[in-house]
Amino acid sequence: MKHIPLSWLLGLIAAVTVVAALGARQQPSTPASQAPASQTPSQPQQPSEVELVISGDPGSPPRYAVPDFVSGSPDAAESAKTVTEVLWADLAFEREFYLIPRDTYSTVPAARSAEQIPFQAWRELGADAVVFGSIQKSGTNVTAQVRLYNVRTRQSVFSKEYTGTNPRLIAHTAADEIHQQQRALKGVARTKLAFSSDRNRESLAGPVKNRDVKEIYIADYDGANQRRITTTRDLNITPVWSPDARAIAYTSYRKIVPDIFVSLVYQGILQNPTKGQGSNFLPVFSPDGKQMAFMSNRDGNPEIYVMNVDGSNVRRITNHPAGDASPTWSPSGTQLAFTSDRSGTPQIYIVSTDGSNLRRLTTSESYADRPTWSPAPRNEIAFAARSGPGFDIKVYDLATGQTRQLTFGEGTNESPAYSPNGRHIAFTTTRYGRVQVATMTWDGRDVRQVTRDGNNWTPSWSN
Amino acid sequence: MKRSLVFVLGLVLLVIASGCAKKPVATPTPAPAPPPTAAAPPVRTAPPAPPTRVEESLPVPTQPLSEDNIANRSLEDLNRDSPLKPAFFLLDSADLDDTGRAIVTTNAAVLKKYPSWQITIEGHCDERGTAEYNLALGERRAVAVKAYLVSLGISPDRLRTVSYGKEFPFDPGHIEDAWSKNRRAHFVITSK
Repeated sequence: MKHIPLSWLLGLIAAVTVVAALGARQQPSTPASQAPASQTPSQPQQPSEVELVISGDPGSPPRYAVPDFVSGSPDAAESAKTVTEVLWADLAFEREFYLIPRDTYSTVPAARSAEQIPFQAWRELGADAVVFGSIQKSGTNVTAQVRLYNVRTRQSVFSKEYTGTNPRLIAHTAADEIHQQQRALKGVARTKLAFSSDRNRESLAGPVKNRDVKEIYIADYDGANQRRITTTRDLNITPVWSPDARAIAYTSYRKIVPDIFVSLVYQGILQNPTKGQGSNFLPVFSPDGKQMAFMSNRDGNPEIYVMNVDGSNVRRITNHPAGDASPTWSPSGTQLAFTSDRSGTPQIYIVSTDGSNLRRLTTSESYADRPTWSPAPRNEIAFAARSGPGFDIKVYDLATGQTRQLTFGEGTNESPAYSPNGRHIAFTTTRYGRVQVATMTWDGRDVRQVTRDGNNWTPSWSN
Repeated sequence: MKRSLVFVLGLVLLVIASGCAKKPVATPTPAPAPPPTAAAPPVRTAPPAPPTRVEESLPVPTQPLSEDNIANRSLEDLNRDSPLKPAFFLLDSADLDDTGRAIVTTNAAVLKKYPSWQITIEGHCDERGTAEYNLALGERRAVAVKAYLVSLGISPDRLRTVSYGKEFPFDPGHIEDAWSKNRRAHFVITSK
């Protein structure tokens, strides 16, 4: 040991420190909202024969109340308010429960502890289920206790503690777990939307006049936490999430000729799998995340191609002098739907990923584009169909061949994208004035505006 | 260069002549641009004019560009008021009609005159198509123009296509007048 020089030892220590620091940087810590709330699962304090699922009156959904979370200290009040409001909205979003409006709770005495929950008063308000929650704050850490009670039996059916720095993420996690436990439903409260936007109002020199740049943005499913992903002050459009929700592929004009880039958004890594082989547009990940379909002019005409995500093994899927665009994968990853104007107008087609079994789907539309295959078990393809001066969202049912319409001429409506549970569709609409991203249920109800700043286009919904 | 100098001298003479005729030169009302043909005859006979103070308001004719002006202009200026005219398309169509072919033929003549120019053909669409499919339509418009230029003898090495779909409308309006301007193949000179 004494033969080892001190400087060598110091060097070793320094190297270890650097490696440790690098390792720490690899953690997906950059956006705090992404760090999953650490959970301390505690089993509901009930014997196993207790009925955990709260039902409503026959034929109607269970009625839920989410009164104010109790704050353990004055500095926890804001977090308590956020968790309460976000949990209420998340539980309402899937429409599995009827959420009793929070401004009607004034007749119900507030409970400081679970023992004080006034079940009789909640029963009189018509509640089948009531949430009791409390918030403790220590530094930047928020700890939330979330319990769900069956108002009739006065029993706790769900009890969990969450710790994290983002109160919204705590509420989203609780909502997803309540949906899972009560409805065996995969909620979307922790999912995100990606889209392009001109909100930063930057422009680049054009040949005739300046042109507004577009950048890729992401937001929580409910529109909160909008943040910018690209900063190239160029045209960045058509973002899509990878299935693991950690990468966004998009079309970028940063090298003038459009090309596909992949941003690993929580690591700050940028990839360029197509490497400028012609113009490349409209990337979309296969369901297993290993491949991408895209449109390219590399052989002289817009055609559909498939490649591995690292850019290797490029295969041409379509071969037609008309234009082929807008690929989307079937949930099994064995078929693609895409748009082609080989009939004279843009229509939706499907084809196996080996290029065989090509067939046309839409026959009664004058113009159909942006097919988006639903997640299983629903087997349908949403698309934008020309209807009068603009477009409306329609859905083609692959089993029956029937088409149903979801929007009806309120502005022009384009670019449908399914939520991962197939129960919602994000799309762009001009019904609010400018082009905005909105969400609706799979049957066209409950339209909610997600973006408000600038114009916003081509949403993609993360898993 | 020589020709343009002669041309400017002719203009100066013309301005001086008109200034002499109308004695009071009180208000500098910009005189209408003299047609270049009118300026030509006096040039041959007139001796070089002594350097005199030229009125600030001397209008510079912008309309009929002489070829030397084209050669001397910066890329930015050239593209702002380009000798290469855009070709326009019908709704949902990437076919060059007779008017479009005539425009591209004229552009091909310009490109033959300036063989060092490199060109990007931008394909643009109006908002009545979808954002996604318009990327393909814009590409096909640009490709149609490129193919026609190549058939007229322009080397494909000088031509690059970029589809902008409906991302960069030239006219932001929501009426046919705007849409018809936005359905175009636009020529951008990228080097000369």
